[in-house]
This record gives sequence, C-alpha cells and structure tokens, in this order.
Amino acid sequence: MAGVRVLVGTRKGAFVLTSDAGRARWEVSGPHFAGWEIYHVKGSPLNPDRLYASQSSGWFGQVIQRSDDGGRTWEPVGNEFAYDGVPGTHQWYDGTQHPWEFKRVWHLEPSLTEPETVYAGVEDAALFRSTDGGRSWRELPGLREAKGHLWQPGAGGMCLHTIVQDPGDAGRLFVAISAAGVFRTDDAGATWRPVNAGLRSPYELPDPSADVGHCVHSIAMHPSRPGVLFMQKHWDVMRSDDAGESWREVSGNLPSDFGFPIAVHAHEPETVYVVPIKSDSEHYPPEGKLRVYRSRRGGEEWEALTSGLPQQDCYVNVLRDAMAVDGLDECGVYFGTTGGQVYASPDGGDTWAPIVRDLPAVLSVEVQTLR
Amino acid sequence: MIRVMLPEHLRRLARVEGEVPLEVGEAATLRAVLDALEAEFPALRGTIRDHATQRRRSFVRFFACGRDLSHEPPDAPLPAEVAAGTEPFLVVGAMAGG
Repeated sequence: MAGVRVLVGTRKGAFVLTSDAGRARWEVSGPHFAGWEIYHVKGSPLNPDRLYASQSSGWFGQVIQRSDDGGRTWEPVGNEFAYDGVPGTHQWYDGTQHPWEFKRVWHLEPSLTEPETVYAGVEDAALFRSTDGGRSWRELPGLREAKGHLWQPGAGGMCLHTIVQDPGDAGRLFVAISAAGVFRTDDAGATWRPVNAGLRSPYELPDPSADVGHCVHSIAMHPSRPGVLFMQKHWDVMRSDDAGESWREVSGNLPSDFGFPIAVHAHEPETVYVVPIKSDSEHYPPEGKLRVYRSRRGGEEWEALTSGLPQQDCYVNVLRDAMAVDGLDECGVYFGTTGGQVYASPDGGDTWAPIVRDLPAVLSVEVQTLR
Repeated sequence: MIRVMLPEHLRRLARVEGEVPLEVGEAATLRAVLDALEAEFPALRGTIRDHATQRRRSFVRFFACGRDLSHEPPDAPLPAEVAAGTEPFLVVGAMAGG
C-alpha cells in the first residue's frame, strides 16, 4: 500500500513519521539517537529500506548510522572523514586564513545509480564519497581546489549542505556551500568549477559578483529538467536555465527574499516553494506569519500559502534542509521548524496541518514515497 | 581486569549497560585502555579521541580514584587501583550543559 515516510533530524535525535497515502493519520517513532544532533537522515532512491543518518555531538564528534530495514534498527558505520593530504586554509570571518578542520556531516546523499554509494557534505566544507554503504569515506579533493582558500564560513559554519545529482548524467553533480556558492563537476567528482555567474552579494562581499564567496542556502532541481536549478541564496531567490552557467533573480513579489530552504513540486517542474524569513539578523517569518510561498511559473510571481499555518505571533525559522516533497499523485509538501513542528500539506501546499508540534528544533526533513 | 565506565551516550552507542570489563594485555596505560576499548567496540572509534591524531576530544575527560587523568601522558601508568580493578576508570563528557 502506498504511503510516505518522513525522516526528521532534530537537535536532540531523529524521528520517523509514517502515514498511508491519505497523509492524515501519522505514526511517530523516536527519538532515535536521543540526545545527539541529527543534521540529516536520508533514504536511498534505489532501496527505500536503506537509510543513512548523520549523528553528531559537541562531546563525542561524528557518527554515521545506517539502517537496512527502513529505520527500525540502525548500525554505526564509518565515521572517519580525513581530508585528502594537507587540507590547507580557508578564509575566516575576518578575512584571515584559517586551517581546515572537520566538524560534522551536514548532508548525506545516497547515489541515484549505485546502491552502495553515498555522498557526505561536511563542515569545514568538503565532499566525501563512500562506495561501501558508509563503511569508509574518501574525500573528492578536486572540489577544494576550486578556490577553496577564498571560501568562508557563514553564521552556521563553513558547510557543504546541498548535493544534487543529475539523473540524466551520472558524471554531473552540483554542491552548494555556505559561504562559497555552487560548484559543478562533469566528471563524477574529479574536477569542479564554481557556477555562480549572476549571483550578487553586495553586503557580504567586496566584489559583489565574485565567482566564489556567495552564501547559497539551498538549491533544488526537478529530475525531469536537470538543467534548471532553483536557489535560495542568503538574500535573493535565483534560477538557472543552463545548469548553473548563469543565474537570474526570480524573487518577484516575495515579502522577503531571505530564507533557507527551496523545493520543487514532484510533478510540476515550474512549481517552486520557499519560506520567506524576515532578514539575516531576524530569523523568523515576516509579521509573525508563517507562510510558504509557491510560484507556479518558476519564480517571479508568488502566492502565500497560509491555510493551517499560524498567522500570528509565529517566530520560528525553517532551516535549509528542512523542506521536502513526496512523489504521490497529489504531491505532498513538508517542512519542519526550529520550534519543533513538522507541517504537512497533502495537496501541494493548499492546506497544511501539523504532524507533530513539539519536537526538538528541526534541522532536516526528507520524505520517502513508499509504494 | 580494568573496569571502564562510559557516559550514557557512549554506552548506548556501544550497546552496553553498566561498567565495561576490559582485559588489557599489557601495562595499564591510558592508551592501552582506549586501544582495548575501541578494539572491542569499534563504534567508539573517533568518539573519545581523534582518529588521526589520537588526541582526546576536548569535551571528554578521564577520571579515576578522585583524580583528573585527562592530561596525563597516554603511556603513563594508570593508578594501581584502576589496574587492579578495585576502582573504575571513568570516561566523562565535560560539564557543558546541552
């Protein structure tokens, strides 16, 4: 029977929320890995029972957990993330150089084509790959050769937080880093180059149009159109129609173009979702109203989606990896907040209801469509 | 036999309850105890000391016999009571809230 499994990472553990296709009644399991920060949980597109979780703590460091039964049981796998060679330095907040130091895994992206391959995006920013189901990890060091000495941390650290695979070209990957920008490889990770033309950061960079240094918060792609990318930057919602070669702003009528996550509808490649946040210093929704904004035209024209969401006195944030869609016939949209709510819309964003209200602060939300 | 008491987070990660009895086949030093602990519980590798440098993670401390052994050299002998198993060796998460 069709259904969905929502994988939620929080500041104090992971939760697995499951429902049938109606998406009205939910079972909540967790906390898994109670007390640990779970930056991300994601399932393999090739095997829905294969899940990976990034578990970390300021005391005990990084652990990677793997499940082969859809999250019922877990096994710690490899947690050694050693940079290739001498990692060198990157730019610090004050413009001086600072040594590269591993802190945590922000994002785990199982391969679209190889069942035992999974990518890990880490802080300080680098990309690692495992080809043995997470037991061992090797850096793809060509990424840091793309002007890594000019990358700098954002407020959340210098993190590689987004990994997007081109479903039509196994050699092409995009990653996004705060604050460095978007990078693309066309040779399966051996060599990389920045693809940030068109981004402008006049308040963050001495050269507003520099080719690296932009604080990209998230990027998203519809699998049917891998050349089209959508981006929520620190400020500005952007779009590329040429696989990142050039970007143009599509913020249009949004009440604020600051925000963190961005997602694309499962069946409509021009339908895009963002959650506007007031500013970089006030990380909550404008006017205390939690609104998802939807564009059905690939940007520029946005409509507020409010039904079922709090429209007064709401001051939560929605973090960059905390929004996702399912693939059921009527696309479901999901997001989690720093206030511990996970909201679901079974109708593409028209109406919303909380699945749970009182989790620890939500760091990430991913959805598996089960058939 | 050396008795090691892990903090709760690491007990759960290693799937143990209570104290961990360890046979340390050589002189009882910090390094020997941690080597034996990680050999028996590979999930603990990297959580107490760094994989590459083998240095203690900064928010982890080692206590025994009412003393803080966190800054002892890794090859210094542990207290005789720890080596004899009459006193436990404590791995402790630093007091840092959370």
